[in-house]
Amino acid sequence: MNIKKAKEDVIHFIFLILGLIAVGSVLVITVYLVISGLPAIRQIGLAEFLFGTRWASTAAEPEYGILPFILTSIYGTAGAIIVGVPIGFFAAVYLAKMAPRKVCQVMELCIGVLAGIPSVVYGLVGMLILVPGIMNIFDVPDGASLLAAIVVLAVMILPSVINVSLTSLQAVPREYEEASLALGATSTETYFKVTVPAAKSGIFTAIVLGIGRAIGEAMAVMMVAGNVANMPSLFQSVRFLTTAVASEMSYSSGLQRQALFSIALVLFFFIMLINATLLVIKKRSQTV
Amino acid sequence: MIQGLSRQRKVWQAVMKTLCYISIAIVTVLTAFMLIYVFVKGLPEITWQLLSTSPSYLRHTIGILPDIMNTIYVVVATLVMVLPIGVGAAIYLNEYAKNRKVVELIEFAAETLSGIPSIIYGLVGMLVFCQFFGLQTSLLAGSMTLVVMNLPTILRTTQEALKTVPQSYREGAFALGAGKWRVIRTVVLPSCINGIVTGCILSVGRILGESAALLFTTGFAHNLNGFFQGLRSSGATLTVALYVYAKEQGEFDVAFAIAAILMILTILINLATTFMGRLMERRNGQ
Repeated sequence: MNIKKAKEDVIHFIFLILGLIAVGSVLVITVYLVISGLPAIRQIGLAEFLFGTRWASTAAEPEYGILPFILTSIYGTAGAIIVGVPIGFFAAVYLAKMAPRKVCQVMELCIGVLAGIPSVVYGLVGMLILVPGIMNIFDVPDGASLLAAIVVLAVMILPSVINVSLTSLQAVPREYEEASLALGATSTETYFKVTVPAAKSGIFTAIVLGIGRAIGEAMAVMMVAGNVANMPSLFQSVRFLTTAVASEMSYSSGLQRQALFSIALVLFFFIMLINATLLVIKKRSQTV
Repeated sequence: MIQGLSRQRKVWQAVMKTLCYISIAIVTVLTAFMLIYVFVKGLPEITWQLLSTSPSYLRHTIGILPDIMNTIYVVVATLVMVLPIGVGAAIYLNEYAKNRKVVELIEFAAETLSGIPSIIYGLVGMLVFCQFFGLQTSLLAGSMTLVVMNLPTILRTTQEALKTVPQSYREGAFALGAGKWRVIRTVVLPSCINGIVTGCILSVGRILGESAALLFTTGFAHNLNGFFQGLRSSGATLTVALYVYAKEQGEFDVAFAIAAILMILTILINLATTFMGRLMERRNGQ
């Protein structure tokens, strides 16, 4: 009997360890990023690093200011949200409330495919369609620009925005809508003035998730944004936080390499901010 | 009913409806465009020679067989490692854990992991697996990075599946005198196998599409290796190969061929998850 109990305890312990691997991974990632990111910040100076406007890591007198990357990431993400979220939101309302069953099924597959397309494929199509397109339409010398990145990111966040909003719209109790209809509101009015406000926290979550995806995307952006460390401007070649890390990592060394880790640390900080926001939304919607 | 409405309400309603229709049209057109464009450009480029050879500098030919094999190796290696960890963690959360704090901590960690962008995984994977563990840039290091990335997916899908196993199954088995581990192994796990399979399919999809995390961990060599030799050496998966061919070498034909292959796989994976979802619904409905 004792042997059996001991065996069960051992198994219990093994499962506990397996469960704690996730916690350990988060700790390791955080510790490694902080340890490898801090030295360069200390050497360059926090203010100069965060608010310096010139990045010239390979120059004779290197300068490491990442303000262009931070602003580009913020502008790019904001642009993607402004373009992508309304489309995703209205599409979700349509699918949740107005679409016939068959259309819903087909669209579900479409959105699944859209979500599953690898980011490099988005990058490839963007490189060959969007970049020349922007060059011709707006008559700029190079189409690889912040605008191209915004469009690609907007497309890439669509599926998650639609899916998360859709789930929360479908979870709204039928009685709410019935009450509104009984009071004389039309069905469209009911959807937008009753169902949508009731699904508010889910839609917020969708937006925040979209922000997280957009700010963390590297490969697709790298292929369409041109990758020059300019201050952000719609038709100029720009570099995001993610692409700043990816583009120089393979040949970097010394302080330059350490500075790249510091950029990753800044990116990580943004992601943690987004995670915290998600947590707050979740807590709030649970208490209400 | 519409006739009794004020003009303002009618206009508002028409605008909202139109916006809905426009949005869904945009989504449909986008999907159709992506599919058609990639297939039209990519499918004609897929030749037997491309699929079955390694790139040769002497003959100036490009073959993606090594990349295909590397992708398979990475998928297999990652699943082999992530399945026990993810399923085990889910079992702990659902079957063993009594302390609420520990459960919350693990769930919080999993959620944090799923929010971290792949470029950060790539960077830390390079620091930890390639340098600290001394694995160099190798498929094994890449796979281990992907294990951490896919852990939340497997954990969550398994946990959902475990929750649907009726409590009475466990009680029945306990009443027959079985120990906890035996109950989990012979009763609980077999009845949630569908959920685990779904998690696997989702993970395969994520692994196939991943590139940023692999760029610094697996590298981009195009050598044809066996499984164990392959794990120890550097190699590009299909997505990384696509990136290198398109961005660095300007070989857009090859890039589109790979893109078409990836699209076909994406569609297959989606059909598979839909199928698994229906299967589970039917089973739970009974």
